[in-house]
Amino acid sequence: MSDAITDQTAPAQGRWWIGLFLVIAVLVAIRAGMGEGMGRVYVQTETTRYASTTNEQGRVAWSAAADGTAGAVTIERDLFRTAGQFRAAESAAPGQQAIRVSWDRTIGLWLAAFFTLAVFSFLAGDNPAYKLTESIVIGVSAGYWMVVAFWETLVPKLLANLAPDMVKAWCMPNLEGGAFNPIALIPLGLGIMLLSQLTPLGRHVGRWPLAFVIGTFAGLKMVSHVESDIIEQVRATMLPLVAFEDDGSFAAWASIRNVLIIVGVLCTLAYFVFSVEHKGAVGRAARVGVWFLMITFGSAFGFTVMGRIALLAARFEFLFIDWLWLIDPKGERAMAVVAAATQLVP
Amino acid sequence: MSRSIALLICLVGGLTMLVSPFLPMATGWANDVTDWFNILAAMAFVLGGGSLLKVQLMRLSARGPGWGYSAVTLLAFAVTLWVGLGKVGVVADPSAPMVPWSGKPDDEGSAFWWIYLYVMTPITSTLFAVLAFYVASAAFRAFRAKNLEATLLLATAFVILLGRTFAGVVLTGWLPDWASGLRLENLAVTIMDVFNTAGNRAIIIGIALGVASTGIRLLLGLDRSYLGGDA
Repeated sequence: MSDAITDQTAPAQGRWWIGLFLVIAVLVAIRAGMGEGMGRVYVQTETTRYASTTNEQGRVAWSAAADGTAGAVTIERDLFRTAGQFRAAESAAPGQQAIRVSWDRTIGLWLAAFFTLAVFSFLAGDNPAYKLTESIVIGVSAGYWMVVAFWETLVPKLLANLAPDMVKAWCMPNLEGGAFNPIALIPLGLGIMLLSQLTPLGRHVGRWPLAFVIGTFAGLKMVSHVESDIIEQVRATMLPLVAFEDDGSFAAWASIRNVLIIVGVLCTLAYFVFSVEHKGAVGRAARVGVWFLMITFGSAFGFTVMGRIALLAARFEFLFIDWLWLIDPKGERAMAVVAAATQLVP
Repeated sequence: MSRSIALLICLVGGLTMLVSPFLPMATGWANDVTDWFNILAAMAFVLGGGSLLKVQLMRLSARGPGWGYSAVTLLAFAVTLWVGLGKVGVVADPSAPMVPWSGKPDDEGSAFWWIYLYVMTPITSTLFAVLAFYVASAAFRAFRAKNLEATLLLATAFVILLGRTFAGVVLTGWLPDWASGLRLENLAVTIMDVFNTAGNRAIIIGIALGVASTGIRLLLGLDRSYLGGDA
C-alpha cells in the first residue's frame, strides 16, 4: 500500500513532512479558536420569480415578476456575503437565517488553503501533499477543458446543426434557426477520425483531421499575422525623423524618440537576417540590434518577475485575508457595514 | 494515398482561409471552415482527455510506485466531467426558467463553478506564483554583468523593477525637475516607450515572417512532419 504514495520521497523525509504539516495544523487550530475564528463563507439566498409573456410574433419572453404572479417560476441563488454583513445581520436580528454559513463554500475555502500551502511546500522539496495536489490539478484541468469544449463548442456549433430541435428543448431554448444542416456532418466525421487516434488502428485515419487543422490554422494565422504583425507594425514604424509640436516649434524629444525607434527596429531586423554574413555595416547594425534586444529582454524579465510577485501577493492575500482572517484591509469583517447589511435582512 | 489526401485537405483548408479576405463570396466558406476548426479543436480536448485516461489507467494497472496518484488524477477527472457535463447544481437561465439545463455550467453556486473556484484557481495561480522564487533564484545565479549586452539586460531589469514600485520613486525622488527624466519611474517609461517598442516590434515582424514562411511550406506540402513517420 505504501507504494501508492511512495515515489521518490524517502521514509525519513516522509516523517519530516508529516511533522511539518502537523505543526501547521496545530497553529491553524489555535488560530481558529481565537477571537472571531477564521475561514467561514457566508451566503444569502436570493429568490427571483419569472413570468412569461408572448409577443405578437408568438415568441415567449421571461422577465422578473412580482410575488403572487400566476404561473411564475421561482429561481433561488446563493450569493456571497461578508462576515461583517453576517455579524451586522445577527446584531440586528439575533438567530436570523437570511445570511448563513455556506458549508460547501467553507469546505472549498479550506481545501483551497490546503492546496495553496501544498504547492508552496514544493519550495522545500518534493512531498506527498504536493504530489497529491499536482495529481488533482491534472485531472481537474483535463476535465475542465473537456467540459468547456463540450458546452461552448460541440453543443452550439455541432449538435445544434445536427439535431436543432433536441438541443433547443434540452439546453438552448434561445437557439436561432432550427433546420438540420448536413454540412455539419463533415466536422463530425473529421472529429470521429481524430478520436480514432486513441485506437491502435486509428493512427492513419487521424491524419486527415490533423491535416485539416494544420492547413486551416496556417491559413488563418498567415492572414492575421501578415495584416497585424507585418503591415501594421511597419506602418507604425514609419515615423517622421523630425517632429514638430502643434504650434510648429521643433519637438526635440519626439524627434530623438522617433529616430531611436526606427534605428532600433532596422538594426534588430538586421540581426535576424541570417542569410547575410554579419560583417561590416550589417555586422555593426546587428550589434546595435542586439543591444536593443537585450533591453527588450531585460524589460520582459522585469515584467515577468513583477507579474509573478503580484500573483504571490494575491495568494498571501487569500491566505491572510480570506482564510486566516488575520488582516482586514477592506473592512469586510468590520461592524462598519451594519447599516448596509441590516437592509438585507427583512 | 492517405498522405496525398491529407496534403490536399491541408492545401484546400489553408487556401480557403487565405482567399476569404479577398473574395466576398468566400467569406461564408471561411466562417464554415473556422467553425469546423473550432469543432475539431474541441474534439482535440476530448482526445487529450482520452489519452490521459489511457495513460493513467495503464499506470494504475501496473501498480508501480506512486500508483495512488494516478487513482487521484482519474477520480478528479471523472468528478469534474460528471459535474460539468451533468450541470450539477446549475439553476436555469433567467431567459428560460422552464428549461432546467439552460443555465451555464460555471454559474455561481454550481458544482463545476465550485471546482473551478476552490480547486483549479488556487492550485494554478499558486503554481505560477511559486515561479517568482525560481525566477529570482535563477536570475541571481545567472545574471552576471560580464559584457555590455549582459549589463544592458541586467540594468534594464533593475530599472523596470524599481521604476514600477514605490521604492524606485523614493530612491530617485530627490533629483531636480530639470533631471526628472532620470528618475527611475520616468526612465522605466522611456525604456518601455522607445527601446522596448523598437525591440518588440522587430521581434513581432520576425515572428510574422516566420509564421508566413512556415505556413507556405505546410500548404505546399514541403513540410510534412505533422503526418508522422518518414514523411
